[in-house]
Amino acid sequence: MSFSLETAANPENLRRIAIDPVSRVEGHGKVTILLDDKNKIHQVRLHIVEFRGFEKFIQGRPYWEVPVMVQRLCGICPVSHQLAASKALDAIVGAKHPTPTAEKMRRLMHYGQILQSHALHFFHLCSPDLLFGFDSDISKRNIVGIAEKYPETAKRGILLRKFGQEVIRHAAGKRIHGTGSVPGGVNKSLSIAERDTLLKDIYQMVSWSREAVHLVKELHHKNPELYNSFGAFRANYMSMVGMDGSLDLYHGRLRARDDNGNILFDGVDYNNYSELIAEEVKNWSYMKFPYLKSMGAEKGWYRVGPLSRVQNCDFISTPLAEIERREFMAYSGVMPMHAPLGYHWARMIEMLHAAEMIKDLLHDDDITGSDLMATGERGFEGVGVIEAPRGTLIHHYRVDENDLITMCNLIVSTTHNNQAMNEAVRRVAQQYLHGHEITEGLLNHIEVAIRAFDPCLSCATHALGKMPLEVEVVGVDGIQLSTLSRSGDGNFCT
Amino acid sequence: MTAPVLIFAIGNESRGDDALGPLLLRQLQEDECIERLEDFQLQIEHAMDMKDRKIVLFIDAGMNTPAPFRFSRARENNEAVLYSHALVPEALLKVYRQFYNEASPPSFILCVRGHAFELGEAPTSESLGNLAAALEFTRRLLINPDVSFWDGLVTPI
Repeated sequence: MSFSLETAANPENLRRIAIDPVSRVEGHGKVTILLDDKNKIHQVRLHIVEFRGFEKFIQGRPYWEVPVMVQRLCGICPVSHQLAASKALDAIVGAKHPTPTAEKMRRLMHYGQILQSHALHFFHLCSPDLLFGFDSDISKRNIVGIAEKYPETAKRGILLRKFGQEVIRHAAGKRIHGTGSVPGGVNKSLSIAERDTLLKDIYQMVSWSREAVHLVKELHHKNPELYNSFGAFRANYMSMVGMDGSLDLYHGRLRARDDNGNILFDGVDYNNYSELIAEEVKNWSYMKFPYLKSMGAEKGWYRVGPLSRVQNCDFISTPLAEIERREFMAYSGVMPMHAPLGYHWARMIEMLHAAEMIKDLLHDDDITGSDLMATGERGFEGVGVIEAPRGTLIHHYRVDENDLITMCNLIVSTTHNNQAMNEAVRRVAQQYLHGHEITEGLLNHIEVAIRAFDPCLSCATHALGKMPLEVEVVGVDGIQLSTLSRSGDGNFCT
Repeated sequence: MTAPVLIFAIGNESRGDDALGPLLLRQLQEDECIERLEDFQLQIEHAMDMKDRKIVLFIDAGMNTPAPFRFSRARENNEAVLYSHALVPEALLKVYRQFYNEASPPSFILCVRGHAFELGEAPTSESLGNLAAALEFTRRLLINPDVSFWDGLVTPI
């Protein structure tokens, strides 16, 4: 099947521009744009050019190693993978209901992860675009530029992220490769001293998170034409919601809505995800294209992540985030918000919710309890789902009688958003690039649209000297007209 | 008390030669004057780990580094933009200055030549040879963690 602007009719006669890699995202993505000699757009594709093969890598390993091993998938969201794997492997050890202390410790880790990831994304990666402008001076359009012009904003970003990392460190036992969550429960609870250390700062974090929501809300109110329309496209959306319909990022059932906000399915046990979701393969990307089976590949693709979650739930259980959710919903009106820049607003509401949840958990006596593990009848297959910072994360394993993994299937958040990100860049290309001379500022519009989804494309290889960017403009006769390249140290040359 | 020397290894040990930094770090002897940290990537909050240090050493693996390793002084760089979630050491020093309103501690980069960074692969034998040379060099550095001594060992360009 094909979407508008996915495949040009006569690509051999068109110019090609590549944004490679897309910057300020996690990992390596590439956008190619085919234009004719009047700069009219004929084809736009977001390619994922890194093949990970993690599902094969994990086969044959003992299942108890998995929660630690999967953290090495990613330098940004290791906790999400650890928790999704642990939830899936709870079924293997028969832990149908983890103990209250285990569930709350896992939630604490998870909300720490949400807080630090959302803070990093907003303050570090996106605020330069939002506060300086999409086509502002490129030498200032980064966190260093933000630190110079808005030092207080930059400081808060650093301290919010640091706090989230500290929550993870105390809950998981160490900074990286933590072993806090294991199949069946957790291997540590918080000590009184750890709890009190975190309690000292949490009220400040709640306050700063609330102000971050206000900052992004103000941006929407100041420039609704841009924020409501930039790269906007209609889409179905899916997320896990709590058993009571609340925003629950750790556990619940699957719910999806169509582009008008009508329920497509609700209350679905995530163990049955494979009955709902299929994945299409396209020959130009390593990343699959998931869709809802009942609607087919053409109409069944959907969006996940903060913009979906905040609009999919019935309410948020923490008071300050619920006030903000209501205001967000009122701003959107009767119809759901589909604009990609709405992700930032929704993401900050979630960050506030995460900070409030951490505060509540630190005041809960179970968090310092000693009943850490549950057991039960041994199983051979398990599915674990959590709402990771970027969206719904599915881990599915089968284990043999020797405790070795025989099958692993992962559907990561960014994969769910594959079609949606492609739609966003095509809309932006049509809105801003079509018929215009291409400049770096205009190309950054494409990247702004991708960044709104906070895609996580890599497994954290970051060796010095890697990740150049190259933009080539090639004439219809195939002769290279100009190039712009960025080296590993960030310098540009033509 | 904050240890005067910070050694920060960057790398993902499940990605072939990306493991060189963490592997080197773990072979260094425990010393109360040295704090050893590792992470997959440098992030903004790592600027806070640099506070009150006498000297900082970043250890990483690099694709285009001359073998067996390159040792260089890291300096704040206004042009060091970030292009991923991760920072380069030079940008981290700039974040440090913005955050604390003071110059960052003297910082150096030991970049060990790697060859393959594929997921699930072990470090290559060629790179492990580079690692051995880098380990010996690091032990020499740590005998005298002094800026002028380290400056004298910087790899000529």
